[in-house]
Amino acid sequence: MQHMIKAIVLGVVILAAAIATNFARDLSYQVHAVIIILVAGYLFTREIGKIGNKPVPAETGYMDGVVRAGVIATVFWGLAGFTVGVWIAFQLAYPALNLSQYTDGYLNFGRLRPLHTSAVIFAFGGNALIATSFYVVQRTSAARLFGGNLAWFVFWGYQLFIVLAATGYLLGSTQSKEYAEPEWYVDIWLTIVWVAYLVVFAGTIYKRKEPHIYVANWFYLAFILTIAMLHIINNLSVPVSIFGSKSVSLFSGVQDAMVQWWYGHNAVGFFLTAGFLGMMYYFVPKQAERPVYSYKLSIVHFWALIFLYIWAGPHHLHYTALPDWAQTLGMVMSIILWMPSWGGMINGLMTLSGAWDKLRTDPVLRIMVVSIAFYGMSTFEGPMMAIKAVNSLSHYTDWTIGHVHSGALGWNGMITFGAIYFLTPRLWGRTRLYSLKLVNYHFWLATIGIVLYASSMWVSGIMEGLMWREVDAQGFLVNTFADTVAAKYPLLVIRGVGGLFYLTGGIIMAVNVWKTIVGAGDATPKETSSAIPAE
Amino acid sequence: MAKKPEKKQVETTGHSWDGIEEYNNPLPRWWLITTYLTIIWGIGYVIAYPAIPLINGATPGVLGYSSRAEVQADIDEVNARNAPLVARVNELELAAIAGDEEVGSFAINGGRAVFQTFCSQCHGSGAAGAPGYPNLLDNDWLWGGSVEDIHETISVGIRSEANLDTRFSQMPAFGEFLSKEEIGTLAQEVSAFSGINGAESTEDGALLFADNCSSCHAVDGTGDRFQGAPNLTDAIWLYGSDMATLNETISEARFGVMPAWSGRLSESQIRQASVYIHSLGGGE
Repeated sequence: MQHMIKAIVLGVVILAAAIATNFARDLSYQVHAVIIILVAGYLFTREIGKIGNKPVPAETGYMDGVVRAGVIATVFWGLAGFTVGVWIAFQLAYPALNLSQYTDGYLNFGRLRPLHTSAVIFAFGGNALIATSFYVVQRTSAARLFGGNLAWFVFWGYQLFIVLAATGYLLGSTQSKEYAEPEWYVDIWLTIVWVAYLVVFAGTIYKRKEPHIYVANWFYLAFILTIAMLHIINNLSVPVSIFGSKSVSLFSGVQDAMVQWWYGHNAVGFFLTAGFLGMMYYFVPKQAERPVYSYKLSIVHFWALIFLYIWAGPHHLHYTALPDWAQTLGMVMSIILWMPSWGGMINGLMTLSGAWDKLRTDPVLRIMVVSIAFYGMSTFEGPMMAIKAVNSLSHYTDWTIGHVHSGALGWNGMITFGAIYFLTPRLWGRTRLYSLKLVNYHFWLATIGIVLYASSMWVSGIMEGLMWREVDAQGFLVNTFADTVAAKYPLLVIRGVGGLFYLTGGIIMAVNVWKTIVGAGDATPKETSSAIPAE
Repeated sequence: MAKKPEKKQVETTGHSWDGIEEYNNPLPRWWLITTYLTIIWGIGYVIAYPAIPLINGATPGVLGYSSRAEVQADIDEVNARNAPLVARVNELELAAIAGDEEVGSFAINGGRAVFQTFCSQCHGSGAAGAPGYPNLLDNDWLWGGSVEDIHETISVGIRSEANLDTRFSQMPAFGEFLSKEEIGTLAQEVSAFSGINGAESTEDGALLFADNCSSCHAVDGTGDRFQGAPNLTDAIWLYGSDMATLNETISEARFGVMPAWSGRLSESQIRQASVYIHSLGGGE
């Protein structure tokens, strides 16, 4: 009966998507409708085949299949996102790589740039967050994921969102809101998936067998709830037609800018900081086999972080049409945010006290420690750049790009790599990773890559800022914009090379993960952890 | 600093999640003090600067700061400093500015700043132009290359809809009333003036040119600055000199537009830009 209902619903979806294909007003919308027909059609035939089957008894134990899928998706999208990143980095140094004459502009920087940012933040980072949160919440709640196959819906629904977003950018559908580019129907789909995610996560916490909620889960829950709020409000818009991808934002002018950066900065704060701190709070103590340094600190810095981050968005709009009072508040809150951010760094690093010697032998732990170090560095750099006097130099320059990447490559990337190396042998029932030597190579390649990237962008950004503001004795500007572009060229090349290092490290990780999964060099597979029943 | 608590044996909270325990270390003192310091600083900053939104506007802050006033003060300071120079630029004869000891270099620097901000998008940051956008470094001038001519061109623009006195002329699109063969013959004829494309003058071509083109471009093809009709006998071609481009130019005609800058730039800025462009090498 259940399969019958599902099949009917899917049939309706196919019909609606077919109508949408027929009346589509633009290419991107039409392609998306076809994708939906194909996906729904596949699921439809699957459900039809299941009609009449006896209901499968509910499984017990931890639900790790979806986490395994999530780890693979994280590695896959990571490589995709890094590759596009390296490509567009070289496009900036060598504009001929836009290949405009061959691709009619479909692969120019403007389209590939959101593809890169979305691939690394939402596809790589998002899959890492979903997979690890599903793993962590089960272990620390001693309960199977709530909602049965809903977790699988979250996983595949999220992949569909990524595909719709990515193809949309290439075909030219965008809201032109940074980090919120997907158009209205993709946003609605993500909202549905995200609510399902919240249900699975919160449901699992609700049915936990531990008396208290572990700190990692506070951070994950804050991330899920806040992203839902940010996503919905920033994407409020009116579609021009239900058969077209274009929509018009509900906000305009400086209000639109403020809502966008309220969203944008808290995407950093809750997606890339709170969510990944959740990861840090589980995987670092597990890998170090040490207790967390301070429970008290975790409470205080959690609430301080949550309270303060939400105010910091206006620092993206210093010296613009945004009223001065909002700029002041954005700056003040950003600076007070410094210590609460560092609370996570202290708790992570001090957890290692008494286990520092492990850094010599355990490259996975080394990756995690470097990630915490980069977290500390970029959460110092951020408040500093939020100071108006600093911002007047750094804004619109490559310094911002360098700052973002020391956070993204250093903190988010490295802690994710650490989590992947932790999870892979456990999820696939291997005694150990295929090769710790490869982990070590990955560590050095990634670290050198980040250093090349961040340092070249610092030099480039500060140079740019100084050149833009340089005036002669009579108050006339000395440099043209084109002068600064020419001066940046060698630094843009170094940045691209740094990215190449980082990508190479990612490829080595993919090989290592794959070899571990297939059991290469692992003679005696141990029991999969999913077989261990919940306490 | 934060290592001190570690020496004492701190209790854990007593819970264990999947084997993870938590120490109950106190908040690191330096961390707490720094937190308080940033909060105290924040309160001070909020009092000093515009910060708390009210119903109409916001608290102005005791320093009375505003970012608009700050930038205005910067601009006023520069303007006040340069006011005597600006006045002198406006007083002098245009041709005399560049050689003036007092304001010559000021006008050229100011003109460069104006040029780089408003003109370089089309004419290039080095003023070498681009297809359709004249090179300002050479001796070839459509509407005249004296500093007065340049000043007039910048002020009124070319084919600008916003200025009634704009420099205006329009070549007909000959594709509408000449055959393809005739246009091809004309392209040959035009090429022959400067010996490009291996072309030679023909009887038909000369006749066609005399009938259709000579009234503006002159009988010998040297053009007419009064109408902005280009000289066809030199090697400089605004839109390109290959046969395909010449055919296109003759049959479709061109209609290059430059904005009129009077009203948008001050008279002094226009004068400075004129002096700068005149000084680039091609000025007459």
